[in-house]
Amino acid sequence: MRRPGRFRLPDSGYRAVLAVAAAVLAALAVWFLIAIVVQAKPAFSTLGFSWIFGRVWDPSHGKYGLLPFILGTLEVTAVAVVLAVPIGLGTALALAYLVPRRIRSSLSTTVELLAAVPSVVYGLWGLVVLAPVFRDTVEPFLTSVLGWTGLFDGPSQGVGLLLAGVILFVMILPTMVAISRDVLAVVPNEQVEGAMALGATRWQVLYKVVVPGARTGLLGAFTLATGRALGETVAVALVIGNSPYIAHSIKSPAATIPSLIVNNFGESTGTELAVLFAAGLVLLVIGIAVNSVARWLVWSTAGSSAGATSR
Amino acid sequence: MTDAVTVTPGAENAATVRADEAAGLNPVAAVVMTLADVAVAFDGRTAVRDVTFDVHAGEVTSLIGPSGSGKTTLLRALNRMHDTVRTAAVTGTVRLGDLDVYAPSTDPTLLRSRVGMVFQRPNPFPTMSIYENAVAGLKFNGIRKKALLDEAAESALVAAALWDSVKDRMSAHASTLSGGEQQRLCIARALAVEPEVLLMDEPTSALDPIATKRIEELVVELKDRVTIIIVTHNMQQAMRVSDRCAFLLMGEDKAGELIEYGPTAQLFSEPTDPRTLDYVNGRFG
Repeated sequence: MRRPGRFRLPDSGYRAVLAVAAAVLAALAVWFLIAIVVQAKPAFSTLGFSWIFGRVWDPSHGKYGLLPFILGTLEVTAVAVVLAVPIGLGTALALAYLVPRRIRSSLSTTVELLAAVPSVVYGLWGLVVLAPVFRDTVEPFLTSVLGWTGLFDGPSQGVGLLLAGVILFVMILPTMVAISRDVLAVVPNEQVEGAMALGATRWQVLYKVVVPGARTGLLGAFTLATGRALGETVAVALVIGNSPYIAHSIKSPAATIPSLIVNNFGESTGTELAVLFAAGLVLLVIGIAVNSVARWLVWSTAGSSAGATSR
Repeated sequence: MTDAVTVTPGAENAATVRADEAAGLNPVAAVVMTLADVAVAFDGRTAVRDVTFDVHAGEVTSLIGPSGSGKTTLLRALNRMHDTVRTAAVTGTVRLGDLDVYAPSTDPTLLRSRVGMVFQRPNPFPTMSIYENAVAGLKFNGIRKKALLDEAAESALVAAALWDSVKDRMSAHASTLSGGEQQRLCIARALAVEPEVLLMDEPTSALDPIATKRIEELVVELKDRVTIIIVTHNMQQAMRVSDRCAFLLMGEDKAGELIEYGPTAQLFSEPTDPRTLDYVNGRFG
């Protein structure tokens, strides 16, 4: 039954269009991976693999220890995620369930605006505004309160792991909040009412039913936020202090793999250039590993079948 | 949580006593819940009003009426489920024993542990196992002792006629159960908290006829354990399971109101209001 004058793409046509779209993406990913591997290959063929865990970065003497940067990347990301998960989840829960409707949208917009700020602006803000405050106030205070943990040894300098982590936290917070809010809001109302009807308090409803019900989606929020933290370059490079040594404390200047790459790429040639590409590969592996662990944690804590209903 | 059941002299007048006796009901059964002039409005628009009746202990009371007559709205007023809706306003008096349900000092979470609820669609918690679902209410209420939880879970699942089929797979996800089993799990979950009243909002509307029959049998069996108020738009179901019946109908102003309340047998055989007669004879709705 064809209606005249109305073009209808046959199903086979849709299939072709979608297949091409999917293939382009897959091809790009493969191409991208191959390009990096090709560029990085000289690093592995001349240096082997042990340099990845070397502690000394001294290209002029042929030492390409990547460990300080791997640790720096993980530490900065850890600071950001440790701050962003509870605060982001709390904000998302408030936006989805507690805040009155009329201020909800303006709050949501504010959070989303944070995501639109260019990262270099965050970096400059951190360097110019936050660094002195951290040096003179925040770090001395934390040292006096938490100095016994040993995490805050050494001088307060402003720039360093902590400041970079905090800047990253501000940068990944909108991602955490926006995605978490959306996945929390779609937990079926009948689940919420089911818990309420059993005498659950509001807090119990959120903590025992809404958050577990949304955990697959929350994992997505965590994954994206962590991915952004691991890969963020400019803002971190501006405030981390760019020191190629393993940090002794959370206040120490350090460097991350992205900051290493961006700071050295311009003047690198030969082996060093290949090492920078290889460092990029290592970063990719770290990203995949972190997300795999997170995924495994979520699945192992609460079975696999249940996720299906939440999204 | 004391059992605050007031034993009223029951029958207000001789006619009621005769009606109760004729229907085989105990005319002086304790009154568990009292509704006096209850009305619910959303955003100033009345959804149901003029509801006054007593809920008797150990009985099943059904709320019947066509769509839009406010049955579910009324039911949800009894355990303060409307609290989450900012525009909702409940007026009149609802009493659970001596407790004024809407008094400012009444804790809605405590109230809901005394007045349980089963919903239209089975809603077990999908992230929890069968066991965790069965004890979820107890955990919400702060009970942590494993032995107590185990005992309560078994007792509630036995009462909900689910124990035999789930006792060997208590750690399986609730979503592995059939729809009827899920609904019985939800009933068990509500019973585990040992409420005095169990509200059931069209509990079989999402179930097939066989599962429906089993839920109906269960409702009748549970009478000794808990007083039940059930919303149904299935008149046969109301006849099969309930002792007393309240008939609601949408008035000209689109608000539901209570037309008639009495022993189910009497309401269906010789209703006093012509509108009830029309409805039970299937002339509308």
